[in-house]
Amino acid sequence: MSKGVQRLTWPILGLPAVAWMFLFLAIPFYVLLCTAFGSIDPLFRNPVPAWNPLDWRLTQVAVVFERLFGPDNFYLPPVMRTIGFVLIAVVISLLIAFPVAYFTAKYAGRRKALVLTLLVAPFWISYMMRMLAWVNLLQTDGIVNNILSLGGLLPIEVNWLAGKWYTVVMGLIYGYVPYMILPLFAALDRISPSLLEAARDLGAGGFDVFKRVILPMSIPGIAAGTLLISLPMMGDYFTTELLSGSPETSMIGSLINTSISSPGQSGQAAALILVLLVVLAAPMIWYTRSTSTAEARS
Amino acid sequence: MNRKIGMTPKAHGLATITVVYLLWALVPVAIAVLFSFNAGRSRSVWQGFSLRWYTWDPNGSILNDPSLRNALLHTIVLALIATAITVPLGVCLALALDRWRGRIPTGANFAVLLSFVIPEIALAIGLLFLITMLTTPFGLGTTAQIVGLVTFQLSYPVVIVRARLLTIGSQYEEAARDLGASALGAVKRVLLPMLSPAILVSAILVFADVLDNFVIVRYLSSDMSTETTSMRIYSTARAAPTPALNALATLILVASLGAVIIGWLIYRRLGKNDGGDVSFGSFTGNV
Repeated sequence: MSKGVQRLTWPILGLPAVAWMFLFLAIPFYVLLCTAFGSIDPLFRNPVPAWNPLDWRLTQVAVVFERLFGPDNFYLPPVMRTIGFVLIAVVISLLIAFPVAYFTAKYAGRRKALVLTLLVAPFWISYMMRMLAWVNLLQTDGIVNNILSLGGLLPIEVNWLAGKWYTVVMGLIYGYVPYMILPLFAALDRISPSLLEAARDLGAGGFDVFKRVILPMSIPGIAAGTLLISLPMMGDYFTTELLSGSPETSMIGSLINTSISSPGQSGQAAALILVLLVVLAAPMIWYTRSTSTAEARS
Repeated sequence: MNRKIGMTPKAHGLATITVVYLLWALVPVAIAVLFSFNAGRSRSVWQGFSLRWYTWDPNGSILNDPSLRNALLHTIVLALIATAITVPLGVCLALALDRWRGRIPTGANFAVLLSFVIPEIALAIGLLFLITMLTTPFGLGTTAQIVGLVTFQLSYPVVIVRARLLTIGSQYEEAARDLGASALGAVKRVLLPMLSPAILVSAILVFADVLDNFVIVRYLSSDMSTETTSMRIYSTARAAPTPALNALATLILVASLGAVIIGWLIYRRLGKNDGGDVSFGSFTGNV
């Protein structure tokens, strides 16, 4: 093989995937931009994308902003609700994930492999099945109400699945908390026991060790976990749809999903996605960059 | 283990939280699986064990309802094809990114990592617009679903294989080259066997994740024939379903767990040849 051919080996090997990403990631993203900055056909109500960036207009984006901040701001409640839901879900997920990950990393001992296997198990169970499981349990005549009313003795019949925000938040936590536990476990598992011992030998009490050694060292895990669960939650519409189905609990994802299925609104769907991507750009790029630097370092 | 006298109160507290969490995480699914074997139509009152919703119910069972049967088959077909495309594509890109320097590989690396964190709905709708607004060689349906799934999953093999490449280092490949192997020959005969556990793990991850996918397959589907299990659960979970829906979900769970177990068995064989850690924990830890 000549030197020139050898130099080309790696680009040729990588080319199919690079072409794939260009065709099916870069181009769709460009189409999304052109639709968001395009117009709507007045007669047929279908979106008319503006292929030339010089023709880009802010009409659709303006519509979205109008509905967010204008007098008739019916986009605002779902947006605020999404932020609220995600905040509560992330905080509770952290409160669940931290002790679980800490136990697995430091105290599980011989049972570590077993506990880890069980912690990973939800990854192999489809998200929809896990939601279906709760739809079954939370029906008005379901097992949860049956237990709460002690088998029908007490007159308790909560309609869990009818637009209850706490049911949706519980569903979000249930769905995403495994993705919080694993990065936290990885961070906590890396703290060597001798470091904790050294802190104790130097006179740190239990809480001091936690505050000054464990917590700072778990920050990367907390950050990664928070990002890994909050980014998908921001686009989630199926959890609230399955566990509530009411506009009372609709989220940003629901807005996108509804606009995509109503005629004449695809442009707004594209503009909504764009706004969402702009808001999420900072955390996404931070995560991408920190992952590649971690890669470079290891 | 904590000291020698057994568990401290703190460890006890943490253990309790972990056990309660695991029960909360897994028991609801176990109940859903249990009710797929219910003899009656209820999903909350046990009416005896039966395979009715799997096989013998004349209209409602998976075997006899063509739409349920189709959803199950379509999901598995999508997972197999998407895995078969994603893994080789990703492994080649990982190998290339490891040595190829310049703007294109840097951009490709960024795109791959970005596709990992970008909300799925953005990618799905971008592809939906691409297919519906431009003349593409394929329309909505199976091909579109596979294209979307491969794009979304490509980051798994790339990230996992690259991580493994970094730990392997270049000495083995260089030794092979010194002994006269060509660049590709060294990759094929030395690197690929060393990478096989990582490739295997990424294949299982992709397979299981495609079985689970909802957003991409839904937006890129065409009609009932391209409906998947997840779409079926989404559309009927709240509309008076029968335990057949639980049975459908259970079969997908079995497929996913089957892939993990087969993967683990192969992983163990590969590990024995290497003399590496072959416990299930190291396998799931890798996953």
